[in-house]
Amino acid sequence: MSPGREAWRRFKRHRLAVICTVILAFIVLAVLLGPWLWRVPISDIDFSARMQPPSWAHPLGTDDLGQDLLARMLYGGRISLAVGLAAMLIAISVGVVVGAVAGMSKGPVDVFLMWLTDLFLSLPQLPLLLLIFYLFNDSLKKWVGTEMGVFILVVAVIGGLRWMPVARLVRAQFLSLREKEFVEAARALGASQWRQVHILPNAMGPVIVAATIDVAAAIIAESTLSFLGLGFPPDIPTWGRILFDAKDHMDIAPHWALFPGLLIFITVLTINYIGDGLRDAYDPRRVL
Amino acid sequence: MFSYILRRILIAVPSLLGISFVLFSVLALAPGDPFGELVNNPNIPAEVAAALRAKFGLDDPLMVRYWNWLSAMVQGDWGFSFISRVDVETLIMQRLPITLLVIGSSQILALCIAIPVGVYAASKPYSLFDQVASTLAFIGFSLPTFFTGILLILFFSIQLDWLPFVYRADIAETGWRFYWEHLKQMIMPVTVLGLFQAGSWTRYVRSAVLDVIRLDYVTTARSKGLSEKVVITKHVLRNALIPVVTLVALQMPAIFGGAIVTEQIFRVPGIGSLIISSMLANDTPVIMAVTFVFSALVIACNLLADIVYGWLDPRISFA
Repeated sequence: MSPGREAWRRFKRHRLAVICTVILAFIVLAVLLGPWLWRVPISDIDFSARMQPPSWAHPLGTDDLGQDLLARMLYGGRISLAVGLAAMLIAISVGVVVGAVAGMSKGPVDVFLMWLTDLFLSLPQLPLLLLIFYLFNDSLKKWVGTEMGVFILVVAVIGGLRWMPVARLVRAQFLSLREKEFVEAARALGASQWRQVHILPNAMGPVIVAATIDVAAAIIAESTLSFLGLGFPPDIPTWGRILFDAKDHMDIAPHWALFPGLLIFITVLTINYIGDGLRDAYDPRRVL
Repeated sequence: MFSYILRRILIAVPSLLGISFVLFSVLALAPGDPFGELVNNPNIPAEVAAALRAKFGLDDPLMVRYWNWLSAMVQGDWGFSFISRVDVETLIMQRLPITLLVIGSSQILALCIAIPVGVYAASKPYSLFDQVASTLAFIGFSLPTFFTGILLILFFSIQLDWLPFVYRADIAETGWRFYWEHLKQMIMPVTVLGLFQAGSWTRYVRSAVLDVIRLDYVTTARSKGLSEKVVITKHVLRNALIPVVTLVALQMPAIFGGAIVTEQIFRVPGIGSLIISSMLANDTPVIMAVTFVFSALVIACNLLADIVYGWLDPRISFA
């Protein structure tokens, strides 16, 4: 049986993870296809329907400008999920490169890279995220436009502050496999040091698990930033941004805050459970 | 022990320097000028602006500027807030105690939940209690702090009207009422932060105890006739806590992030809400100083974790 299918067989044993995969797939599909099916414009202002509770016309209610929350959440979800995925890709790429270089090279390079990893691990991430955002936001906006500027900044900073666990995982894998026979065989065949990347596929399991968790963490980071009013502008209704707008009207319109909050929570919870299932699936010590 | 602590402090210094350098580079690389407003103001002649730039050393090489900034920070001269019109260090010293109080109490709350629940769940693995606790822990750390805060406000402040949702520093009561009012407004922020941490820590404690509880020395302790309570508290827990301490220290940056969100939701006047309001008001010196304080706190917590580690693990030699 191929390793991939073996992992799938083991993953299926984790019932909750499978259920969560289905729920997450539903959310992703809704966000991708929803705006075509639910054709209410996201910025249609209707003052006669301000802060309405859920009804047939507006299944999730409306906000203080009478805008339809379902349409806004479907649209904003695309951005929230895209930020999560893109930030994860950056974190994983940086982490794999740093970890692999540190694991392959002995001596000062390894020591320096691990010092750097530890340094980044003890950076206070949210304050730093806020600081970078505050300092660079305006000029990037002028460069590539508001939406793209915020997106690039959020993704780069969140990704750039989350590569450390992956780097450690990959390095640990390199250290433990560097002296194994198949690497020695590759070396004996005259493979250069850089061909030692043979080791990399062996680190896939833990990296995939870390990648899953990173998506959840990035979604939370983006929502936090938007929730603090420092992320995306109001015309890009990410889930965190809707919560930020809703939090001052909770006594009149609790649904406005509850729905986006629930959606963030469910997305993060399902991703974390999938990560848990993948960890079981890729853990060679576990008999399933 | 003393030389061990000293060695740890010596290791912490380069990290603090490294972090301060990262912070400074971010500031230096940022487009725009901290004195931009002054320089672009047409009422200020070019030579005055140039003199100002020279006076504040803005045209010096990066390393010189870093050195000047660092020595000023070390001497406690953190600059002057553009908005509040007071020294930054005064502002931060006013706000820091409340942040430390909220974070400290929430950590104690988290430990009081995580250790008993984690140990009990691990001593009966895969029982009903274990499964319920694991599920709740998963929910606990998947719930973002801002959403827990909103839920608590909706339920306890708006529905039940039990707790105030705006933190007030000036309570016009005296005696017992004063403390009671303070306690009441602390409950929700502390719970939000504490529950978030308790979720992940319960998982750590559970898996650490599970790793230890099957070891031979625990069986030996049991077969000596020691009571289960003594075995768990004296033999298992101490060993299990060693990896937990490391994980807790690694979580510190996330805890400070959660503190910023919590302070912002409940309007707690700590340094977390200070950084947000300074950002909205473009008060750069305060933002830099608060970020620096947060970094220093993270390093201090790592140091503390190392010391606790040395106390818990007799294999670490102090020599």
